[in-house]
Amino acid sequence: MHPFSYEKVTNEHEALERARLGNATFVAGGTTLVDLMKLNVEVPTALVDINGLPLNQIEDRSDGSIRIGALVRNGDLAHDSRIQSRYRVLSEAILAGASAQLRNMATTGGNLMQRTRCYYFRDPVYPCNKRQPGAGCAAMDGYNRIHAILGASDTCIATHPSDMAVALVALDASVHIRAANGERVVPITEFHLLPGDTPDRETVIRPGELITYVTLPSGPFGPRSAYVKLRDRASYEFALASAAVALQLEGTTVRSARVALGGVATKPWRALEAEQVLTGAAANKATFLNAADAALTGAVPRRHNAYKIELAKRAVVRALADALTH
Amino acid sequence: MSITPIDRLEFIRITAAATSVRKDTKSGVSVAPSASVTRALALRVNGEAVRLDVDTRVTLLDALREQLQLFGTKKGCDHGQCGACTVHVNGRRVLSCLTLAVMHDDDDIITVEGLERNGVLHPVQEAFIERDAFQCGYCTAGQIMSAAALLNESCGPSDDDVREQMSGNLCRCGAYPNIVAAIQSARGRA
Repeated sequence: MHPFSYEKVTNEHEALERARLGNATFVAGGTTLVDLMKLNVEVPTALVDINGLPLNQIEDRSDGSIRIGALVRNGDLAHDSRIQSRYRVLSEAILAGASAQLRNMATTGGNLMQRTRCYYFRDPVYPCNKRQPGAGCAAMDGYNRIHAILGASDTCIATHPSDMAVALVALDASVHIRAANGERVVPITEFHLLPGDTPDRETVIRPGELITYVTLPSGPFGPRSAYVKLRDRASYEFALASAAVALQLEGTTVRSARVALGGVATKPWRALEAEQVLTGAAANKATFLNAADAALTGAVPRRHNAYKIELAKRAVVRALADALTH
Repeated sequence: MSITPIDRLEFIRITAAATSVRKDTKSGVSVAPSASVTRALALRVNGEAVRLDVDTRVTLLDALREQLQLFGTKKGCDHGQCGACTVHVNGRRVLSCLTLAVMHDDDDIITVEGLERNGVLHPVQEAFIERDAFQCGYCTAGQIMSAAALLNESCGPSDDDVREQMSGNLCRCGAYPNIVAAIQSARGRA
């Protein structure tokens, strides 16, 4: 690991001031950052520890929304009774990820900033356009079994690893970002970027900016939401395909629906085509199968990951069936 | 036949030190001291106040093992994928390999060495012995620290619930059946 300076800050102003100096990186849980620093994939010269900022509350707001501080630990968020009852899919998604120890460390903001698990990205021996723009992509014709079938480009096929963010996409969350010159609010669907020609740019966060909150609108979905994650082992593993869904019913008809996919795309993926199929249709298996087909219409497999198309469809169908019975 | 008893860890320390000296002499290059950044820390480890000077790059795991000689906490993968390094920070289980020591100024750390109380083993430690919940023992400290924390977490009653909550602790010997039995037994008496 390369040497770096370390500073712990206690308020947002101080954090933003420090971040302006040199190649500074914020650290909170550290579960992605420290790992990648050991691999020489992340090489910050200055760490700014933001764990002392007062951003660790989950608050009800008067408009029915919920505001989650960026430092709320994943485990605390998943076990919050309001999240469990009103945003069940979010609790399920978080608990499907990592381990109890990691969920005690990882934060809401950090989860959004976590980097891909692409083997070639994590190993500086291989060329990677995400690590070093223009270097090439070893995954494209390499062992790409875990890679993306949606949202990929000619430069990058790395998947986004988060479970939490997939649920946030289904729930229409917003990300609050603080910069030295003010605050902006970005819809979660616009927070992560498609790789395009710049796979090194993964989010809209600019150097020196800080995630402060994530807000969840009061949705019409109540308990009818679910997360299904499919992976190589039963627990403590990243998704090969996952689905976060939410349903609003009118009798036996779907009035509105949300479908998001994880493990198959270069960013947490909103499947609007599937939502259109569901809206106004009967809430039954035939509809769910049609929705799953629609969600994967644009899928482009590589040599080793064509199986993900069927896997993701089954995740969607299963999640919709689960949501129906909640 | 009499052999001067040398502690295994002492032997490793001596040979490691000798190797590093030789390496320095051979290369003739030393890293400029200004390149590394050292910070002073005050924390509590197993109930005792501890002061440490740490390079900012040192993980909590390495500080515990190399600076405080608390070798109970094990380094398995060193990348958050095995759970062998699990310790409690301010009452919660975390992976000591993925957090920097410098981030723990003023924190309360409990390692497996600090789990017993007044010479009495923690119920999880007792249960691991009774149920023979280990084979080679390398993952055991992490398993025990995780299980001890689990007793205070929300976890369903079934064996499957325990397996899910313990999924962050791998055992390559495959002692899982007895680990789960030990934890269920400890939950019953805690």
